[in-house]
Formats: sequence, structure tokens, C-alpha cells
Amino acid sequence: MKSFLKENDHVVGYIFILPFIVGFLIFTVYPILSSLYFSFTDYDLLSTPRWVGFANYQKMFTEDDKIIQSLKVTLLYVFTSVPARLIIALLVAMLLNVAARGVAVYRAIYYLPSLIGGSVAVSIMWRQIFGDKGLLNALLAIIGIHTDISWIGYPATALSTLILLSVWQFGSSMLIFLAGLKNIPASYYEAASVDGAGPIRKFFNITLPMLSPIILFNLILQTISGFLTFTPAYIISNGEGGPLGHTLLYSLYLFHRAFVFFEMGYASAMAWVMLLIIGVITLIIFKTSKYWVHYEN
Amino acid sequence: MLNGSRSIKTVVYHVFVCALAIAAMYPILWLIASSLKPNDEIYSTASSLIPSTFTWSNYAKGWQGFAGTTFGTFMKNSFIIVIISTIGAVASSAAVGYGFARVKFFGSKFWFGAVMLTMLLPQDVTIISQYVMFSKLGWLSTFKPIIVPQFFGIPFFIFLIMQFIRTIPGELDEAAKMDGCSKYTIFYKIIIPLIVPALVTSAIFSFYWRWDDFYTPLLYLNDPKLYPMSLALKLFLDNDALNNWGGMFAMSTLSLLPIFIVFVAFQKYIVEGISTSGLKG
Repeated sequence: MKSFLKENDHVVGYIFILPFIVGFLIFTVYPILSSLYFSFTDYDLLSTPRWVGFANYQKMFTEDDKIIQSLKVTLLYVFTSVPARLIIALLVAMLLNVAARGVAVYRAIYYLPSLIGGSVAVSIMWRQIFGDKGLLNALLAIIGIHTDISWIGYPATALSTLILLSVWQFGSSMLIFLAGLKNIPASYYEAASVDGAGPIRKFFNITLPMLSPIILFNLILQTISGFLTFTPAYIISNGEGGPLGHTLLYSLYLFHRAFVFFEMGYASAMAWVMLLIIGVITLIIFKTSKYWVHYEN
Repeated sequence: MLNGSRSIKTVVYHVFVCALAIAAMYPILWLIASSLKPNDEIYSTASSLIPSTFTWSNYAKGWQGFAGTTFGTFMKNSFIIVIISTIGAVASSAAVGYGFARVKFFGSKFWFGAVMLTMLLPQDVTIISQYVMFSKLGWLSTFKPIIVPQFFGIPFFIFLIMQFIRTIPGELDEAAKMDGCSKYTIFYKIIIPLIVPALVTSAIFSFYWRWDDFYTPLLYLNDPKLYPMSLALKLFLDNDALNNWGGMFAMSTLSLLPIFIVFVAFQKYIVEGISTSGLKG
């Protein structure tokens, strides 16, 4: 028995990955299956789940205006903040991809917001910066624009503050791009220079194609995490998703349904719709990637 | 002449990059500056980064916390959660990472696929069932739902450690095997000491994620005595009537301090961790 546990690689392998297998079954597989079941029930956590078929899904798209609102807000948030963050990250990475003095310091400073971005402290800070008496209005006053609107309390600008917070955290993408830029052989650029290519052609013909696998990877991960954004929306809107639902990100609304109103069945259905939407978007990104992602062989 | 235009370019470059760096840092500096201003000055001189008098009492006022629970308790809770979680996350991920990198076993591709799937799966899909599960176990209002799941391997760390192990020459393992070492001894005596940098990187990221985590404590903890820093900061907003702005900014700054310290101490590991694996910070 003892030698079997030591010498049979099939057994040894399973012993090493056992923590993952156990965790996967308990914290992933079982919850996925039970949330699928809950999504077809009416369940308030106290009484036993009552089977209602597709009623939750039906209700989502026929009776619940807030779902549509939160989907709109979330899609707008993801489709603006993710590309904006990636573009800025790439531009800054190119700016820092030179052998200038102090580059390491700049790199650290630009990365700092990403490091602390998910914290409650930063969300609180953001709330105060864009509040009616906050930093933004004070800075605007210096250049002669006097306003006392609360940017987070005003429907037209509330979501923009969340998008700005997300874009401000471009640092980790920048570091990934920087690593990618360093891997592009200098000879490619030299050859292009010999052929008379300018900086713009070099960017589109060398830099962008060489970075495209990294861009794809970033795009997918950040799109998924964009859909899950919760903390800043919760803190900035005091848990309400206001004003008038303009910061009601999908995750925040799901939280409300599940853990404020204890509508576990309905919230599970919401989670499955979200999974479906993320799945479709990821699939579209993957399918279209063959036209723009360049793999070296 | 050529030299002249080059140095002008260098100056323009530095002015631009520096201005951008100041813009990126400005909100953080503002937070710190506000924590040092007298309460009535925070919003009346919002555009200034320099307090009229440096008011350290904000830190004392904030530290008092809420209803007799001080930030000493909140900080202690944070450290308990973060330290135990991190030990569990790194130890379990190291074992799993080694299994994938160095042992050939039936079904390893399938299980690695499961790791990747877990990494991409939105947490909203599992969070409700997990909540139901933990509430049935009677784990609500304890640290268990936050800490225990960390002991079963974290996909990002498994991936990172696995990649790192693959850069270690296999001959080392072969030689040890000749000497009669089992895979367990090889893992424990040879691999572990060699993968310390990957373990440190994982530990740092685990520290950051657990320290910043707001969602899980919000779900599972409802007794303020058990709150970590992240959740405790929110109490300032719930007690708007107190108008303890200085205290709020002071404790916010304090909650960022461990993050800054770890960053300064381990910058190299953090940058390498992100660059090689695409880990988010």
C-alpha cells in the first residue's frame, strides 16, 4: 500500500492535485449545479425551494425594468472602460518602453492605482472627489468654472465617474504590455526602417500584430471582471445603484435580489443570464480574433 | 545641433511623463492630505494639498472606530483573515502546481482544464449557492466562509507556480530519484526551495486580494467586532451624521499603508508576477 502511494505516478499525481479536486467539486461544481436548480425555483433561504419552471427567467424580461436598466448600464460600463483602459495602457507602455532615466519610478507610480484600485478606501476617496464639495469642483473653480453639482449624484455623469475609476487603474495592463513590447525583436523595427517605414506604419505592422495575443488575453479577462465590478458601485452609490439606477451594475442588482431581498431563485436566474451573456461575448471575441490576432509559428 | 534637439526631446519627454505621473498620483495624495486637515478645512480647501495645520488627531479620532470597536480590532481581523488565507492559498497551490508540472497521471489534462475553467468562471454564478451552503453549515458570522475556500488551490497561483516549476531542469528530479527520493521528497526538499520566488509572488497577490476583499466579508459578517478594515471603512459612510471626514480619510489612508509597504518591499516580485502571468493587481 505504502509503495503504491509512492511509486504509482497516477496515484501520486492525484494526491498532489487533491486539494484542487476537492475544492473544485465543493466550491465550483456543486454551486453551479445547485444555482441552476435554484434558478427554476422560488427560494427565500428559509422555506424549501418551490419549483416554478421558467417563471424567473420570464419575469426578468417581461416585468423587471431594473434588469434592462442594469444590463444597459453594465454593457455601457464594460464596453467603454475596458477598451479605454487597454488603449491608455498600451500608449503609456510604449511611452515607457525607452531606455530613459527614471523609467522604473514612473512604471511604479503608474502601477500604483491598479494596486489599490479595488479597495474600499479608493472607492470612498472617489466618492469624495466627485461629490458636490469635492476635489473636482474645487479644481474647476480655480479655472473659473463654478459648479456645485455632485458628479456621482447626477444621472448623466454618475456612471462616468465609475468608468474613470476603472480607466485610472490601467497600470497592470500597462505592465503586461510593457513585458510584451520588450519581447519584440529590435531587428524587426530595424528592417522596417531600412524599408522606409515611419513610426505609424511600424506601430500597425509590427507592434500591434506582435502584441495581439496579449491584447486578446487582456480583453477577455477584463471583460469578465468588468461584468463583476461591484465594490466601487456599491460604495459610491451607498449600495443603491443610484441616481435613478445609473450606477446599478448587474452584479450590484444581483446582490440586492439575493442578499437584501433573499430572492435566491430569481438571483440565480440572473447569474445564469449573466454567464450566458459573458459566454456569448467571449465567444464573439474568440471567433473574431482570428482576423486580428497574429500568432508566430 | 543634433545634440540640442535631442536634449529638447528628452526634456519634453520627461515633462510629459512626469505630468502624467502626477495626475495618476494626485487622487492618492489628496486622500493623504485630507487625512491631515482639520475637519472643517477638508472641503473648504479641497483644491489644496497642504493642510493649514497638520492634524494628526484625525488618526486618533478615526482609530476609535464605532460603538466601542476600535480600528485595532478591525486591523487584527484583517490580519487574521489575510495571513491564514494566504498560507492556505500558497501551500495548496504549490502542491497542485507541482502535480501538474512534474507528475504524469491519467486525466491531468482534464483537471488542468478545470483549473482554467474555474479561473474564467464569474463568481456571481457560484456565490449564491455558496452562501446557501455556508448558511446551512452554520458558518455565517464567522471567518470560515472567507478563509476555508482558500485552502483548495487558487487557479492563478497554480498556473503561476506551474509555469515557474517548468523552468527548473528535470535532471534535478532525475538525480534525486536515483538517490531514492519519492516525488513527495523531491517536492519538499528540492522544488520548494527553488520556487520561493513564485511562492512569494503568489503570497503578495493573495495578501492584496484578501486585504482589499469587500464582497465576501459583506456577505458573511454582520457583527462589527468581526469586520476587517475594508468593511469597517464603510461604517463611516453609514454614519454620515457623524461627519467624521477627517477620521474617515485617516483610516482610509491607514488601510492603504500595508499595501504600500509590501509594494515598496517586493516591487520586483510584483512586476515579474504581472508581466509573466498577466495577473491582475
